[in-house]
Amino acid sequence: MPVPFRILPRLDDLNRPFWQGGGSGELTFLTCPACDRIQHPPQPLCAFCHARGLVPRAVSGRARVAAVTVNYQNWMPGPELPYAVAIVEIDEDPSVRLTTNIVGCPAADVTIGMPVQVVFEHHPDPHGDVWLPLFEPAATPTDSGRRVSLSPAGGVA
Amino acid sequence: MIPPEDRIEQRSCITGIGQSQIGRRLHRNPLDLTLEACLAAIEDAGLTTADIDGLSTYPGMQVGNPGFNGASATDVHDALRLELDWFDSGIETAGQLGSVIKACLAVGAGLANHVLCFRSVWEGSAQGSGGRGGIGSENGPGFRASGMLQWTLPFAAPSAAIWLALVANCHFHRYGTTREQLAQIALNGRRNAGLNPDAIYRTPMSMEDYFAARMISSPFCLFDCDVPCDGATAVVVSRRERARDLRRPPVRVEAVGTALRGRPSWDQFDDLAAMANRDAAAHMWTRTELKPADVDVAQLYDGFSFLALSWIEALGFCKVGEGGPFIEGGGRIAREGELPLNTHGGQLSAGRLHGYGFLHEAVVQLRGDGGERQVAGSPEVAVAAAGGGPTSGCLLLTR
Repeated sequence: MPVPFRILPRLDDLNRPFWQGGGSGELTFLTCPACDRIQHPPQPLCAFCHARGLVPRAVSGRARVAAVTVNYQNWMPGPELPYAVAIVEIDEDPSVRLTTNIVGCPAADVTIGMPVQVVFEHHPDPHGDVWLPLFEPAATPTDSGRRVSLSPAGGVA
Repeated sequence: MIPPEDRIEQRSCITGIGQSQIGRRLHRNPLDLTLEACLAAIEDAGLTTADIDGLSTYPGMQVGNPGFNGASATDVHDALRLELDWFDSGIETAGQLGSVIKACLAVGAGLANHVLCFRSVWEGSAQGSGGRGGIGSENGPGFRASGMLQWTLPFAAPSAAIWLALVANCHFHRYGTTREQLAQIALNGRRNAGLNPDAIYRTPMSMEDYFAARMISSPFCLFDCDVPCDGATAVVVSRRERARDLRRPPVRVEAVGTALRGRPSWDQFDDLAAMANRDAAAHMWTRTELKPADVDVAQLYDGFSFLALSWIEALGFCKVGEGGPFIEGGGRIAREGELPLNTHGGQLSAGRLHGYGFLHEAVVQLRGDGGERQVAGSPEVAVAAAGGGPTSGCLLLTR
């Protein structure tokens, strides 16, 4: 299955832990060394206590679907239609949200409240590889963070 | 509550409005369209370009989707050889109408007497007939997303249609809102557009037509999305003491709303079923003694149908979550209903003039210039609101 066309992020020092965490199979956020709060999107200092020196921290990769839409419009070449775009809230801190794709099930089966787990889609890139954190229905409540080379459905299924 | 004498709104008013030719694809020079609207507004006020000492626009020099911006402040400044005491443009403001609110600030502070404000689009011609592409899709495989867009574009979510469909679905899930209810925003707009000779889509639309349309991003079908067009709108904001003896009676700015207290983000806003309009609308009501029940006509942004429903709730015309039942059947929001909504057809049927069309129509209705579509009973209070997601601003206007 070829890698689907994706618009990839431009990597920088702040966002690299997030976009490359999948290389070690882990969903990774910058976290405050003082108050332990996750900072997302990443920023130079803690939004809550203003401490500097944020450190990458891996979380379980478990999340819950907070919002979902089934997209039918062909906005760009690549994705197979229709596909599910969702906002998920991560288990460790539901105020931390990710817009993502839900894969591994029909788009119409994704529901608000559904437990999901991260699955990474690897994109080799001369500017630095990127691992997009997609999510699939959680197999078991404790399942987390599997590392795969590509989602079986070819990305945005 | 800010004392009335401290509110800049009390020193500002709208003295002129103008619109260019409007069409789906005009293939006219976008600056030409912009100047047509600007000159119409200046003439409508009974002024000349020599009287204009302020200039304000949204978004200013800005790269967006093709056709998103027809002219910058600099373009108009130079083309009309304006001699300005104050000028401003930018996209980081209280929505499209933030540019008009800033003009109120300028005249209220005595920086200018007559500020020309405009918004110009030519998305119809620029995007052609090949279907609407996503943000960034025209850049090809070498493009890399940065800033805010890196959190959505990699997930094939390159459009506000998707970002707002997510919010709409949250609203549906939490409050039981339905597509049949949401359809009333589109059907109402089309009914009103039938009475507006400048509207783009005027043929009647039925509920069956709505449900037969192709889906874009659930729950939005094609008719929940506004229609890209070419056209420009301009207004003149004047100091009240300089508005006497102008060509038309001034429309008074009673209150403005600019607040954004939640995170300025499409997906990190605290309440996923709400948007920045919650804060802007609440802010507006702290700056006036008028109440939602005093509003005679509402011109509420419908770049997507759901946004108008969301503004109805944010502005307090019904309780949060009850917007679906409020618009059900369409009677309340009809031209003869208790809250006539988008009497020109809104962006869904009259064209995506991007916010300024609502302000233009609010002034038309307060002046009694609506012709066939004029709301009966000489409306005295109108609200014009624009924006969606983290972008929102609103104005309350009176005769």
